Amino acid sequence: MPKLPGLALMGVLLMAAPLRAAEDVTGFTLENGLQVVVIEDHRAPVVVQMLWYKVGSADEPRGKSGIAHFLEHLMFKGTDELGPGEFSEIVEAQGGNDNAFTSYDYTAYFQRVAADRLDLMMQMEADRMTDLQLNAEDVATERQVILEERSQRTDSSPGALLGEQMRAAQFLNHPYGIPIIGWRHEMEGLTQQDAIDHYKAHYAPNNAVLVVAGDVTPDQVRSLAEKHYGPIPAAPDLRPRNRVAEPPQLAERRIAMADPRVSEPYISRSYLAPERDPGDQETAAALTILAELLGGSGTTSVLARALQFDQQKAVYTAAFYDGSTVDDTTFNFIVVPTPETTLEQAEAAMDAAIADFIANGPDPDAFARIKTQIRASEIYARDDSNGLARRYGEGLANGLSIEDVKNWPEVLNAVTPEDVVAAAKLVLDRRKAVTGYLMREEAAQ
Amino acid sequence: MTLLSRLIPATLTLLLFALPVRAAVDIQTVTSPGGITAWLVQEEKLPFTALEIRFRGGSSLDPAGKEGAVNLMTALIEEGSGDMDAQAFAAARDGLAASFGFSSDIDTVAVSAQFLTENRDQAVALLRQAITVPRFDPDAIERVRGQVLAGLRSDEKDPGSIANRLLRQQAFAGHPYAENGDGRLDTVPGLTRDDLMAAHKATLTRDRVYVAAAGDISAEELGTLLDTLLGDLPATGPALPPEIAPALTGGITVEAFPGPQSVVLFGHSGIKRDDPDFFAATILNEVLGGGRFSSRLMSEVREKRGLTYGIGTSLVGYDRSELVMGQAAVANDRVAEAVEVIRTEWARIARDGITEAELAATKTYLTGAYPLRFDGNGPLAQIMVNMQLIGLPADYPKTRNDKVNAVTIEDVKRVAATLFRADDLRFVIVGEPVGVTGTN
Repeated sequence: MPKLPGLALMGVLLMAAPLRAAEDVTGFTLENGLQVVVIEDHRAPVVVQMLWYKVGSADEPRGKSGIAHFLEHLMFKGTDELGPGEFSEIVEAQGGNDNAFTSYDYTAYFQRVAADRLDLMMQMEADRMTDLQLNAEDVATERQVILEERSQRTDSSPGALLGEQMRAAQFLNHPYGIPIIGWRHEMEGLTQQDAIDHYKAHYAPNNAVLVVAGDVTPDQVRSLAEKHYGPIPAAPDLRPRNRVAEPPQLAERRIAMADPRVSEPYISRSYLAPERDPGDQETAAALTILAELLGGSGTTSVLARALQFDQQKAVYTAAFYDGSTVDDTTFNFIVVPTPETTLEQAEAAMDAAIADFIANGPDPDAFARIKTQIRASEIYARDDSNGLARRYGEGLANGLSIEDVKNWPEVLNAVTPEDVVAAAKLVLDRRKAVTGYLMREEAAQ
Repeated sequence: MTLLSRLIPATLTLLLFALPVRAAVDIQTVTSPGGITAWLVQEEKLPFTALEIRFRGGSSLDPAGKEGAVNLMTALIEEGSGDMDAQAFAAARDGLAASFGFSSDIDTVAVSAQFLTENRDQAVALLRQAITVPRFDPDAIERVRGQVLAGLRSDEKDPGSIANRLLRQQAFAGHPYAENGDGRLDTVPGLTRDDLMAAHKATLTRDRVYVAAAGDISAEELGTLLDTLLGDLPATGPALPPEIAPALTGGITVEAFPGPQSVVLFGHSGIKRDDPDFFAATILNEVLGGGRFSSRLMSEVREKRGLTYGIGTSLVGYDRSELVMGQAAVANDRVAEAVEVIRTEWARIARDGITEAELAATKTYLTGAYPLRFDGNGPLAQIMVNMQLIGLPADYPKTRNDKVNAVTIEDVKRVAATLFRADDLRFVIVGEPVGVTGTN
């Protein structure tokens, strides 16, 4: 459904790594600071335009949680030239579709249309970069919509609520501990002025990345981008991201939540973990492969073998890590025990399997298979130019360069078994961990 | 943080209908030396092939008392075959960088595969082994049965799954469609290895197979592949269940469930895919509650009143039945208002049809969106196999937009009057709705 916030992209799949094909991905920057990426795919007469602003929920003022996502909804409510809802109506009248999403670090808008409609899409997206116009009634109604969105996504799901509580415990000081959609009591108080303040402070060409993917050439994109985005002046007083840092994390946090809507109890564990940095992606690459080895496959991963095959202690296991963030992120595990196994037993089995892995290192055959898959992923990824657009947009919005994104498969490929073990030792430190138990209500007493 | 695939119940079966390819796509029909047919779009730019296989029948072929057999059988295809156990099979597949998917629903068993050109023969041999000689090892059966049971228990605490079950049972009592395909907590524990062998023999048969391929493969290569992969399967399977008219009646069903919102499903009988008025119905559904922001229900329920994050309707096409259905999640204290708005809009479109402007805008959207569906080998193979399942010809992409454009304002008015029947609309509400009581 519409206006989905990009809530925690769990489980980065190796197969979705971006392509390494320099001739198909090019970039340039307009004089006003707008970064532009062009991904050519001429197999079908389709194009996607994505505009990524380098501002997300982690950049919100204290007490205004949810404003980045609320503004994302309100960006469809009209400009000096377009009435409320007219943006999407025009896209649809061209046979296209459009939407937007918000994450901790970025807010992005996209349209997917026939390639010859790119001119119109850019005209409209450039228009709403500066000329948003809101009215009080639309703002009030849309606030109800985001509250219903929170009810649907979070408050109706015990698993989502546990995840929210765990993140709040994981980040002692950093705003990644605040949910993207916002805390309900703060969402209820968000105003039109709050939205306008956020818009004026962050929406500018020198704080955005334009990605165009599909049946276009770099020359066409440059000419259209200069025509529509070029005239917009850079914001002179744009403030760089200025987030508070985490203090040292010295003590494990443990959380238990019971809810009558829980059917299958489970254990969730998150560890504070470093992210991909410009020119410095090696540790994140090792963590990506570590997650794949420990819990990427429901059959052959370390956790699946230990807890689902060798012992019958779990019906489901997974490990996941997504390094595509601006600041430190998390490395996660989930274990759903069999009915005969307690959460404590499942946790002990999980920790024993992890300790065994650190002591003995990866299985050489499993390691070799993952490398094979990484190389093949460069081929499969090219079948999905929309997915590539997201990877480049997300990477650049988070401060990586096109080269960093292009190099990622090579960085992954260069990871050694020793790197993986070193990354595991670095990150899997219980003092920096949150352990969550999701339980049936009767078990809480 | 969510539980992942196996524990997530199959949600609403809102099949999006008729999503074929652009007019420019050239579909070849291929017949293997052994007589198996497939559709192909050869596209050599990327050195891999996307292959989609469907077997009509699916879990609707579960015998009474053995509900869930086809689902469990399908889930076990990748858990050991030939001389390989589950571990060896997964290792062999990953070592080839191939991806295989096996799933079932009420109407089909689905096999999806992507494999590189450089090791295509090895990947196909591995896939053939999985499809034709699964082992159904006892330890694998118990492991996967445990996963299926966990999913079934989760369904009982999921308002969307509960609502779907109630609607299904009212619409299709006494027919396999009253089941969701995954089986029940009182049938899955009793399924035996023999039941799985029987399900395998009954569902994976050559007389009901549909195949589509897109990517780096020639017609001749595909023909050989078809015989290798499918030639040893049984020729025929048991009869499909009969067609059934949904027995939904007007009224409200309420099931209590804790939470801030109620899940609201609503529907009644629909229209057949081969009905001459199907395109008029498609346009009407698009205007009322298609997937766009500008639909009447999105406008009335979300944009004007803020009652929901999203609401939509669709023409649901099963192999043996049809529904018009919609869904929304609504705050408990505003469910009554939402139900009233939905009923009003249902009656309004039946009485007045749609405007000339809505008809024109919807035609523009549907015909303009059509070519955008073709965006990669994976989607193309899926679209082609679905076209075959619903009985469309291979040249359909060349005529589809003309059929949309041929619909007149009189057509939509006439079809609206019979397609939408507010008095027959059954609401199934799972939650704690305020001021809403169930009727018979």
